[in-house]
Amino acid sequence: MADQAPLICRDITKTFDQLEVLKGVSLETRKGDVVSLIGSSGSGKSTFLRCINLLETPTSGDIIVHGDPIRFTNNRKGERIPADNKQVEQIRSKLSMVFQSFNLWSHMTVLENIIEAPVHVLKVPKKEAIERAEAYLQKVGIYERKDYYPAQMSGGQQQRAAIARALAMEPEVMLFDEPTSALDPELVGEVLRVMQSLAEEGRTMIVVTHEMAFARDVSSQVLFLHQGVIEEQGTPEKVFDHPDSERMKQFLAPNF
Amino acid sequence: MFDLKGYGPELLDGAVVTVELAFLSLALSLFLGLLGASSKLSGNRIAYGIATFYTTVIRGVPDLVMMLLFYYGGQVMVNSLSDFLYDHYQIDFFFQFDPFISGVVTIGLIFGAYMAETFRGAFLAVDTGQIEAARAYGFTRWHTFRRIMVPQMLRHALPGLGNNWQVLLKSTALVSIIGLTDMVRVAEEAAKAERMPFHFFMPVASVYLLLTAGSELFIKWLNKRANVGVAQGAQNA
Repeated sequence: MADQAPLICRDITKTFDQLEVLKGVSLETRKGDVVSLIGSSGSGKSTFLRCINLLETPTSGDIIVHGDPIRFTNNRKGERIPADNKQVEQIRSKLSMVFQSFNLWSHMTVLENIIEAPVHVLKVPKKEAIERAEAYLQKVGIYERKDYYPAQMSGGQQQRAAIARALAMEPEVMLFDEPTSALDPELVGEVLRVMQSLAEEGRTMIVVTHEMAFARDVSSQVLFLHQGVIEEQGTPEKVFDHPDSERMKQFLAPNF
Repeated sequence: MFDLKGYGPELLDGAVVTVELAFLSLALSLFLGLLGASSKLSGNRIAYGIATFYTTVIRGVPDLVMMLLFYYGGQVMVNSLSDFLYDHYQIDFFFQFDPFISGVVTIGLIFGAYMAETFRGAFLAVDTGQIEAARAYGFTRWHTFRRIMVPQMLRHALPGLGNNWQVLLKSTALVSIIGLTDMVRVAEEAAKAERMPFHFFMPVASVYLLLTAGSELFIKWLNKRANVGVAQGAQNA
């Protein structure tokens, strides 16, 4: 079991009404992989990430989390839906997500935000959850803000709190959905540094990002999406320095 | 100075009835309101249909008419049912409509419909990202509702709830029509007997004013608590 892939996605497609957003995207990760998903707006990279934890239900394709394939069924209208909500909840608890707009629960303090899911979803005893939360808050460098409400902190601090919330689930895979896109430029660095330290610890991460430097320096795998298909895929050296696809070359070319 | 001509204790009893009526109706209306709002937002067509029928009918009929319909109409229905059961099945079944229970049920039903609309709007005002984060962390639907949606919608709902509560409190005066000896009824009888309407209705008005003013303070305090964690500047957003 030690070498089991934390996450495998096969031929994921997603269609909204008539619009085909994903046209068969596959991804296989090994433990400790850092996968960067890059591409222009509307390329489907965020939709792909949201399909992985079923915030969107893929129209077709398989998702296998640590050897456990997600089961689907069709509803009366013939739409594909997850067959077992319990399984979905269980799988989500293994894939914690960090959102572009943080989405910390605004009526809870930072500490309450972090222990909520471990206590109520994973059933970790409260005392242990608090100890764990405090350790992760130290790690992301905002321990002294643990009793603040999200609205009392800067965007960078909020995002680091959200990363601590994700870490506290001790997930198989961490999903990052443009984690620095909503931040002021001077706050981007503090969040990227935390993410880099997580990558160095060997955590499996999938990161949708516009930060090319991060994608190049930190990831082990880069996927370039364009119009719902993977145009270019491989190591950062391959994708950034020797791309095969014209689209990728255009994407990298300076725009001014 | 203020001689209540011996009606004092009765008026006081009446005031207690008013307060009891108001709080029990409030509890019922909050329950029905949450149920109605959840049904409307559940995505289930049948639940949506029933809840919409409920809020449309109730909000469209005057409170007084509802109360008369429920109290007198309800009793006639029970009587016919009782006759029918006895004639056909020899089952002895009968109950008398109690004005207090009728009052609680009618006022609860009426304000449940208004509460449902208030709650519905408040639920819709909760940022979808907050709910999405709950789903992404493996919360069940019930856990999301209880731990995220209810606490967050409360701050949007409270101003509307406060309004509904004040109107509800004053609507309790209507039950004197169906023969419940609340404060208004006692004052009316006393005023007729003594021919001193001002003398008896002024204290009644003051009690209502005292109750509404008191609840306003309480709601202000609740509002402050519900808005914990909301930045000052964002409150008007």
